Amino acid sequence: MKITSKLLLSTAAFMLAGALPADAAWQPQKPIEFVATAGPGGGTDNLARAVQSIITKYKLTDQPVVVVNKGGGSGAEGYVYGKASAGDPYKVIFGTSNAWQQPLVSKVAFNYTDLTPIAAMAQDEFLLWVKQDAPYKTASDFLKAAAATEFKMGGAQSKDTDEVLTRMIEKAAKVKFTYIPFKSGAEAAVQLAGGHIDAHVNNPSESLGQWRGSTQRPLCAFSPKRLPQGPKVTTSEGWSDVPTCVEQGLAISQYEQPRTVWLPGKVSPEQAAYYVDLMKKVQATPEWKEYIEKTSQVDTFLTGTAFDNFIKQDLEHVKQVAGEQGWLVK
Amino acid sequence: MENLESLLHGFTIAVTVPHLTLMVIGVLLGILVGVLPGLGAPNGVSLLLPLTFGMQPVSAIILLSSMYWGALFGGSVTSILFNIPGEPSSVATTFDGYPMARDGRPTTALATAFGSAAFGALVGVILITFLASWVAQVALAFGPPEYFAVYFLAFASFVGMGGAAPIKTVVALAIGFAIAAIGIDTVSGSVRLTMGIDELVKGVSFVVAVMGLFGIGELLIAVEEEFSARAVSSRVDWKEVFRALGRLPHHGIALLRSAAIGCWMGITPGGPTAASFMSYGIAKRFSRNGARFGTGEAEGIVAPETADHAAGTSALLPMLSLGIPGSATAAVMMGGLMIWGLNPGPMLFVDQKDFVWGLIASMYVGNIVAVALVLLTVPVFAALMRIPFAVIAPLIVIICVVGAYSVSNSYLDVVLMLGFGVVGYLFKKLHYPLAPLVLAIVIGDKAEDAFRQAMLMSKGSLGIFFANRLVTTLVLAGIALLLLPLALQIVRLLRKPDVSAQEKVRII
Repeated sequence: MKITSKLLLSTAAFMLAGALPADAAWQPQKPIEFVATAGPGGGTDNLARAVQSIITKYKLTDQPVVVVNKGGGSGAEGYVYGKASAGDPYKVIFGTSNAWQQPLVSKVAFNYTDLTPIAAMAQDEFLLWVKQDAPYKTASDFLKAAAATEFKMGGAQSKDTDEVLTRMIEKAAKVKFTYIPFKSGAEAAVQLAGGHIDAHVNNPSESLGQWRGSTQRPLCAFSPKRLPQGPKVTTSEGWSDVPTCVEQGLAISQYEQPRTVWLPGKVSPEQAAYYVDLMKKVQATPEWKEYIEKTSQVDTFLTGTAFDNFIKQDLEHVKQVAGEQGWLVK
Repeated sequence: MENLESLLHGFTIAVTVPHLTLMVIGVLLGILVGVLPGLGAPNGVSLLLPLTFGMQPVSAIILLSSMYWGALFGGSVTSILFNIPGEPSSVATTFDGYPMARDGRPTTALATAFGSAAFGALVGVILITFLASWVAQVALAFGPPEYFAVYFLAFASFVGMGGAAPIKTVVALAIGFAIAAIGIDTVSGSVRLTMGIDELVKGVSFVVAVMGLFGIGELLIAVEEEFSARAVSSRVDWKEVFRALGRLPHHGIALLRSAAIGCWMGITPGGPTAASFMSYGIAKRFSRNGARFGTGEAEGIVAPETADHAAGTSALLPMLSLGIPGSATAAVMMGGLMIWGLNPGPMLFVDQKDFVWGLIASMYVGNIVAVALVLLTVPVFAALMRIPFAVIAPLIVIICVVGAYSVSNSYLDVVLMLGFGVVGYLFKKLHYPLAPLVLAIVIGDKAEDAFRQAMLMSKGSLGIFFANRLVTTLVLAGIALLLLPLALQIVRLLRKPDVSAQEKVRII
């Protein structure tokens, strides 16, 4: 046992080479459960499995890591489970901004304050997508047409990030959409390819295949500056060729979805520190860079006060939209 | 034939020693997870997924898809022997498979199921081979109103079909819809029917419901009837395996019809579950032996099994060409595809010819390997039936409890499963049909979502269900199936005016 942990420490130290010293105050003594608040194959599930495979590959802990899916109720199942596991440092919950947004708009039996925040590890971008053969070349063309007739906008889930963004576009461009909620962004993408809806606001990875296959194309990105270059997606264009929405006269300069990591409530600061450190090590590997690039996300690492401030800011923002729409519960 | 050339190229990739070895390993693991209820194909495939990260994508997909075939076959084993369906799509197999096995013919039941399943899978693969590009377009025509029409058709093919009074079928359906509504509603985002139990926000898992309804429910009935008195003497006979396979061509029409239903439901994303139920319902309607369905008719096994596998196989096509996973397992594989650096979608067929055609070729070979292996296991599984009831009954309870717990490591699921056991028992005692209840639990929420999405699109006008030829045809077919039993009853009443007025009231 002693030899293994010594070995582990030296590998960790070797790996980090100059990063933070490993905090040896608390070490896991039994298998760790990664709880993905999404079904198998979803974005959150992919993140949990990517982190699992990196931890296993570099032996970042000598305990086995298993991924379980608790994606019922738009992820509420996983968070409720996290709340019920208070004090158990062997359950790591992988989620999104759902953790604080969902309790605002539906009567789920948890709040993000029931959990211990570890980090926000990656940010997913949003884009405005239309069908390949739609007549609009730019976002302003699209919005002009939207002012004349009520377009059908699809998205994942109800009163969630996609609908919040849809309502923000309505307000910014003074248009009206019919929002049609589907189970996932992938479903919305297929519905757009079939021409059953007029647009959606999918993340890059949710519609990458369809863009390459010329069934739909992005009009603009809800980002302050153009997305990073990366390899070309179609024969002539890549993510960096997509203009920002602000460039196109749609005044929403930033909208992102963080991938978040949590522990249950009532764990000790040492235990939380161990996982913060573990996730930092994961983020330093080439496999992580590869995962980020493949899923076209933005690499970020928010923890501690930075993460808390991010949550508070986002919460204010969503509260405003939800208040205007009359979604707030209680 | 460009496709044929590509397929032959695919065979050169699939038929190599390492790939054949992977197929055998995959199929055996698949049979194992398929036989253990609660584990199931999606869980099995996700457990295996991390092991494939270092592999070539084509080897990885061969391993995972072989596991999928194995699990599909394995899922039928417990349905037939113990009345516990391992997968939603094998529920319909229990209706005739279990009575046949109980009747002392487990070998025949298993061999019939595997034989027709293999036929269904074969038709599905042939369809993929030759119609890949056309088929991909069909799925795109499906918007919310079309989805609803398909589900409606599946429900319609079941209502009024069973021996039960139509009103009891409607009651069973209604209870199923209520159970399906538990949890978060997709369209409004609000929490429904959790009755103060926080954990119910996740909804009721299908596996939990069927293990209780079928496994425990059947056990309670058996205990009451002192089943132990009738020990099942099953002949374990190799010849019977071949005899059962030899009899399959007698069900030629059922095989072809079920394969057609299966392929249609796999391509239009109705999925294997709706396909197997619909195929069973229609077979019962139109078969000469329809009246004997439910008592151990071979055709009652042929119909759902063929459709299930035809749909399961052809459902992989929308996943590859459109990136729509047709089932939970397909969703896991799609996640895998992305991790291996491939993007499912129309470009896959252009950019990754080796991968796509290697996979399609492996479907042919993999299914043959799976059938051969699974037929070898028939005598072993059939021998299980000779174990005395007093030994097998506690085992079934253990399997159900462990299975329910392992769905999401939740104690609540075990309690729910036992509760469903009591419901199953009461349904049987009071002659309420279980099939419509299960059907409503499995596709009730999908049907509801599709209906409400369609209503949002049309701003509340039902005209959207008659807006184009496709959806109109589907809806009219559904209505026709719904009214058929009623029309038959009326005709019968007109012919025999002496039927009591009381009966008339009950039917209408």
